Amino acid sequence: MKTFNKSRRNFLKNSGALAVAGTLPISLVELAFADDGQNFTFAYISDAHIQQIKGSRFVRNWDRGLIRAVAETNLLAPKPDFVMFGGDLAQLGKPAELDHGAEIMSALKHDVKYVMGEHDYYLDLGAYWEKLFGPQYYSFDHKGVHFIVLNSIRTYDDWTFNRWPSDEQRMMEMAGLDNPNGSPFMVGDEQRKWLQQDLAKVAKTTPIVVFSHSPLQKIYKGWNFWTEDAEQIQALLQPFAKVSVIYGHVHQIQYNQIGNISFHSVMATAWPWPYPQAYAQAEQYLPKLTVPMNRADPFFERDATGWQFINMDNGHVDLNFTLYSNKDRSVHFNPDEKKPLDTQYQEEDARIPPQHHY
Amino acid sequence: MLLILGVFALLSSSLAQADEFTEADLERWQQQFMDTVKQGRELWTSGDLGSNGVACAQCHPNAANTHPETYPKFQKQIGKVVPLWEMVNWCLKNPLEGQPLAADDPKMIALQAYITHERRGVKLEPGKH
Repeated sequence: MKTFNKSRRNFLKNSGALAVAGTLPISLVELAFADDGQNFTFAYISDAHIQQIKGSRFVRNWDRGLIRAVAETNLLAPKPDFVMFGGDLAQLGKPAELDHGAEIMSALKHDVKYVMGEHDYYLDLGAYWEKLFGPQYYSFDHKGVHFIVLNSIRTYDDWTFNRWPSDEQRMMEMAGLDNPNGSPFMVGDEQRKWLQQDLAKVAKTTPIVVFSHSPLQKIYKGWNFWTEDAEQIQALLQPFAKVSVIYGHVHQIQYNQIGNISFHSVMATAWPWPYPQAYAQAEQYLPKLTVPMNRADPFFERDATGWQFINMDNGHVDLNFTLYSNKDRSVHFNPDEKKPLDTQYQEEDARIPPQHHY
Repeated sequence: MLLILGVFALLSSSLAQADEFTEADLERWQQQFMDTVKQGRELWTSGDLGSNGVACAQCHPNAANTHPETYPKFQKQIGKVVPLWEMVNWCLKNPLEGQPLAADDPKMIALQAYITHERRGVKLEPGKH
């Protein structure tokens, strides 16, 4: 619980600093967060990859990750206003996996909202998931913030509808991160049109938070750390004063700033993934801002997995990562530099050994 | 012992000189290696190596973060300096909940060929991290 007390202190400190500096324009932001009672937080759990072995047997390690995240979320203080689940609840999209995941998630004592991941989608194109969790893209408002959820893992119709002899094979082809038969993710015309209409109703000063599964920026195409129409979505979001995009899928800490948009990834509860630069054979564009997280102890089964507690006291998102068997990490929006920065390890000489990836 | 050596020398003198590699030799060797890499890739992405359907590629796409060029090295969870194949077995036993393979098992050799091939061009750093 130390972490959360610490983040509470930070958030009080930040609020104070902002008030003194007076850097915030008079806006919905200030109105929304004028008093402490209006500050709020939400938690984020992502990428559980619940995987069925056979019948009622599921891969133990992935189960344990989600069960633990749920239990810890229930103990949070201050209590988050809601919980987001960032996608890839299932590994192969099977009803048995989604049911099992939903059952574990049902122990949460908070409202939960869901993002669609490719592992939930490509078996039945989201039909069973929708039955359990609702529409694949939607928006909602909460205490002066406009939240948007996108299904960012769709792809070309030809790939989705015409290429594979069975739904199972389509699912298997998309499930392999490094499978050359996969296809780049995208939000697509239909949703971008919807997004445009949705944003038309929102004041430019309203803080906006977009949830997607894949990053709405292009990092590494080979593993689909990528969204093909990212620039078009970014263009729709740029006119707003404060925009944050939070994505799952990459199973690691990443953050970036493109114009007005802050990008943050969230951790997985299932397993860690390498940073793309660990693959020497291909070019990648991991944001320069990102400090790779350490992997001190792969022996520990929760190593380099985790979840995050997010506060929005200044209209931007500050992420406080809880990392099992790793020091906790915080990535906060830095108002002077106008971009998210690691609060501890950003400087080269502040890194801890061996914060390099061989 | 001398006699045996003598026979061996006679035998080899009837074959091509050691430095007489032909294009066909080089192609065959490369082909053998790449076939083994291919088998390794198939095993790497298959859920059949362990008992729970988990595949190596789930955590290590393109065998990334296996950094074969750093072995042998100390592995905390094993408690001593180990070669790459012992680390592969740790993964087979733990995340994959399966049985370890013998060091010279063709599957183990194929896995190592694939891992190493995916790291071509990266300099050797034995003992690192």
